[in-house]
Amino acid sequence: MDFNENKPIYLQITDGIMDDIISDVYPSDGRLPSVREYASKVEVNANTVMRSYDWLQQQKIIFNRRGIGFFVLPEAKKRIIEMRRNIFFRDEVEYFFGRIKSFGLSPDDIKRLYSDYIARVDETP
Amino acid sequence: MLKIENITYSYKRSKQAVLSNYSLEVKDGTICGLLGKNGAGKSTLLYLILGLLKPQSGEINYNGFRPFDRKVAFLNDVFIVPEEFYLPNVKLSQFVKSMSAFYPKYSHADLSRHLSTFEMTPDVHLGHLSMGQKKRVFMSFALACNTSLLVLDEPTNGLDIPGKRLFRKAVLDSMTDDRTIIISTHQVYDVEKILDHVVITDTNGVLLNATMMDISSRLLFAFTNNKDRIANALVALDAPGGANIVELSDGYSETDVNLETLFELVRQNPTIVKDLFGGR
Repeated sequence: MDFNENKPIYLQITDGIMDDIISDVYPSDGRLPSVREYASKVEVNANTVMRSYDWLQQQKIIFNRRGIGFFVLPEAKKRIIEMRRNIFFRDEVEYFFGRIKSFGLSPDDIKRLYSDYIARVDETP
Repeated sequence: MLKIENITYSYKRSKQAVLSNYSLEVKDGTICGLLGKNGAGKSTLLYLILGLLKPQSGEINYNGFRPFDRKVAFLNDVFIVPEEFYLPNVKLSQFVKSMSAFYPKYSHADLSRHLSTFEMTPDVHLGHLSMGQKKRVFMSFALACNTSLLVLDEPTNGLDIPGKRLFRKAVLDSMTDDRTIIISTHQVYDVEKILDHVVITDTNGVLLNATMMDISSRLLFAFTNNKDRIANALVALDAPGGANIVELSDGYSETDVNLETLFELVRQNPTIVKDLFGGR
């Protein structure tokens, strides 16, 4: 994992775990590594990982089976995608539109650019 | 629990006390970073905690023991890896056979695991190892003794680039709720992410003793090129393209602790640190 300097580590860890849930490294109802195991894996203090797991619990992505460990909730994938979609519309699209406007691009320019992009991406398998 | 109360220590030939009227508490189950300038008395403090030196006044208490009484039940539950150490000219297996007898919680399985984390094998001869390799092996043994207190003085000095990473893995892997690890170091980047407590110390006392979580909830660490932020920061360290700064937290956003700028804040503005985190 490559730690980004601006985002607190515990949130970077949640990003990494969510990526792993999306790509089925940790499947639905699968068990996450213990807090200490994961801490050693990513070389951070166990308290930091505990915060990440707490955060994922609050977001209803994982749950704690007392004394056994943390498990991926069945609806985790759906929630992650929903959450990321919300963040995308709230932050990234907002930033993107700001940039577009500052460069003086019109909605038609954007339509053309996006169509070109779709065509290009769909061409390459 | 380690509790140091009002201790004073000075070396025989020197009139100046290395530590005077010094107090410190370290909770169990923590990885505690001990930072301080050269000559701040860090190593002296560690030797006092281990019972290698005797305080001229004041009390040290570790789980009900006074270290300098050097009771067996104390000595077999603490371990120190000094910055420089001597290992005998024997095979590791022979060294382990004679040394592990002193540590009731020593585990051979743990030794194998830590050696493998450090990418070393159990069949080495201590006389044939480089300094860094010796450190890898001795550290593996130190961790495998499973003492409730483990003190590491500049543990990453002499370790190569992968060695520092492996060191972090091994320490975290050996950690349990009732083990305390004190790491004294100047190499803040090597240990920054594995600490849960930070103690910044000076001869006249502890300048800061706080959890990393507490620090990151009260202070904001950032890199910026914004001139106003740099001018108004609690402390700003020039860096290419801007400065690393510390600001008071807005209570909303949160950043990770940067020990280098934190240390500079404590040096330049000890009063604000005292106001924020208490202490002497």
